[in-house]
Order: sequence, then C-alpha cells, then structure tokens
Amino acid sequence: MPTGWAPAILSAARQETATARTLQLSIADWPGHLAGQHLDVRLTAEDGYRAERSYSIASAPGGPVELTVQAVDDGEVSPFLVHDLAVGDTVEVRGPLGGWFVWRPTQLEPVLLVAGGSGLVPLMAMLRAHRQATASTPMRLLYSVRTPDDVLYRDELADAVLFHTRRAPEAGRPPRRLGAADLAQYGFPVDDRPTCYLCGPTAFVEHTAGLLVELGHAPARIRTERFG
Amino acid sequence: MTDRHRDANALAGPLADLFGGDVTAALAECAGCGRRDVIANLHLYDGGPGAVLRCASCQAVVLRYAITPHGTWLDVRGAAVLRL
Repeated sequence: MPTGWAPAILSAARQETATARTLQLSIADWPGHLAGQHLDVRLTAEDGYRAERSYSIASAPGGPVELTVQAVDDGEVSPFLVHDLAVGDTVEVRGPLGGWFVWRPTQLEPVLLVAGGSGLVPLMAMLRAHRQATASTPMRLLYSVRTPDDVLYRDELADAVLFHTRRAPEAGRPPRRLGAADLAQYGFPVDDRPTCYLCGPTAFVEHTAGLLVELGHAPARIRTERFG
Repeated sequence: MTDRHRDANALAGPLADLFGGDVTAALAECAGCGRRDVIANLHLYDGGPGAVLRCASCQAVVLRYAITPHGTWLDVRGAAVLRL
C-alpha cells in the first residue's frame, strides 16, 4: 500500500440525495482497493490552511474509485465536496486505507450488513463486490435511514430491508428504530456464524452491536466502523 | 469522557505514514488489562491536537500520536505488545 498524498482529479459526479454526492476520482497508479476501505481526502486553502477527512469508498474493487460524501451542516470539508468541487478539480488523497473493516470474495461465511445513515457507503462497496463476484454465500443488508429522501443507492436496494427512523413511506411500516427482533428476523441465526459489519454513527453502532451480542453473536465476528 | 469516539480504523492513514504500511489489522495488547485486539477496534479520540487510542475493554490509553512543529510524537507505552 502506498503511503503519503497523491493528487486525485474529479472525473465525474452524481447527486445521490439533496445532501449526498458520489465523486468519481481519477488517481494515477491506483493500486486497487478492497470493499470496505476508505480514503483520506485533504483540502488546502489559498492561505495554506489544511483540513483532512476520511471517506469510505463506495465502488466495488476493480472499477473507478467512487466516494459518497454526506454534507455535514457545520462541516469544514464535506459541504465543499458535495456542493462546490467541480469536475476537473484536484484534491489530495491518501489510501486505500484499512485492512480490518473489509470483505473479501474468498470469505465463505454468511454476511450481515447493518447500516445507519451514510454508514451504508462502505457496506455498499461490499454488496457491489459480492454481486460482482457472483458469490454463492449469502449477504443481507439492513439499512436504517431517517426518511425516504435520505436513501442512498435506491435502485440497488431491492433486496435490502429498510428501517425509517423519522418519516416512513405511507405504505410502509411506521418509523422506528431497528430492534433485536428485526436483527433476529432479517439477520442470520447465530448457528450460521455470520460475520456482521456495522457502520454508522457511534450511538447507532454501539446500540446495534449490543443487540447482536445479546442475541448470541460472538463479538469477534462483529466488525464495526463508527464515524462519530 | 464523552462517548464521541470513533474506531481507530479512521486513523489508518496517519498510522500508515508512520509505520510504512497499514497497521489497522495488526494486534495490540493493552498494557492495562491484557486484552488483545486489532488496532482498528481501539477507540479513537481525536478532538484535541493529537489522537488518542484507548482500549475497547478497559479504556486505558494504548497509543498517543501528535504532529507538532517540532516533530511527530508517538507514545505506545500503553501497548504491551504490537504484532505487525
């Protein structure tokens, strides 16, 4: 894995929701990535002030590198990336990073993905990699999201189970948090020994990891990524 | 201490620059309680000028890291063992 910073050119972009945007980056000598890894992005202002943040890679290995960035209201970096960075502009990146919160097509056990909000991004890379690998081992996604307007990658989520926490579609179940009964119903039995990947805000990940342990899942098979 | 930590996975970039490669899947043994876990699972507190990694079990400080005008500081006295 190369270390240090390298230039990345925004080669394409698409809006996912009103506040989330997918950035396709062109990076010279890109070594390839694993599903679940992230990139550090660094911006330098005209006065030399620098800010860096980590963003998960959304795309499957083998294709172009895509990050999906959710604009944080009082953020220093994300609003710029979502609203201002233009195709052709350059930022600096470091990565791919992280060798733990990753899924490899050689894994044979069932996989449960549990996403909270924009925590879906690295899990989407795993889901895409899984589809691309035509793996026979099952992978399921539970996705907790505030409102229907916040749903990322809607066209690819036909098989996912969505939980709306603030406002639900009229035809769907009323808004509520994801609970132990949901994990038992839509996840895998403990005896199947699934690996569980959880990503989202810290409180969501703590809550969900606790529920999985209470259901009997071994902490060693629960991998988490909390983004604060 | 507020519970605003993230996973040390988020520190993969700076740690890779320090160690010359990814260490988030490396094992660290907490000098406080003896728990062995991958570095990615340590709790990261980086709201201050540097970064602090704490044991997920006993919350003891395992690793501290800061970049200052005078150099890069790495304090790993809270780790009994690192297996890279």
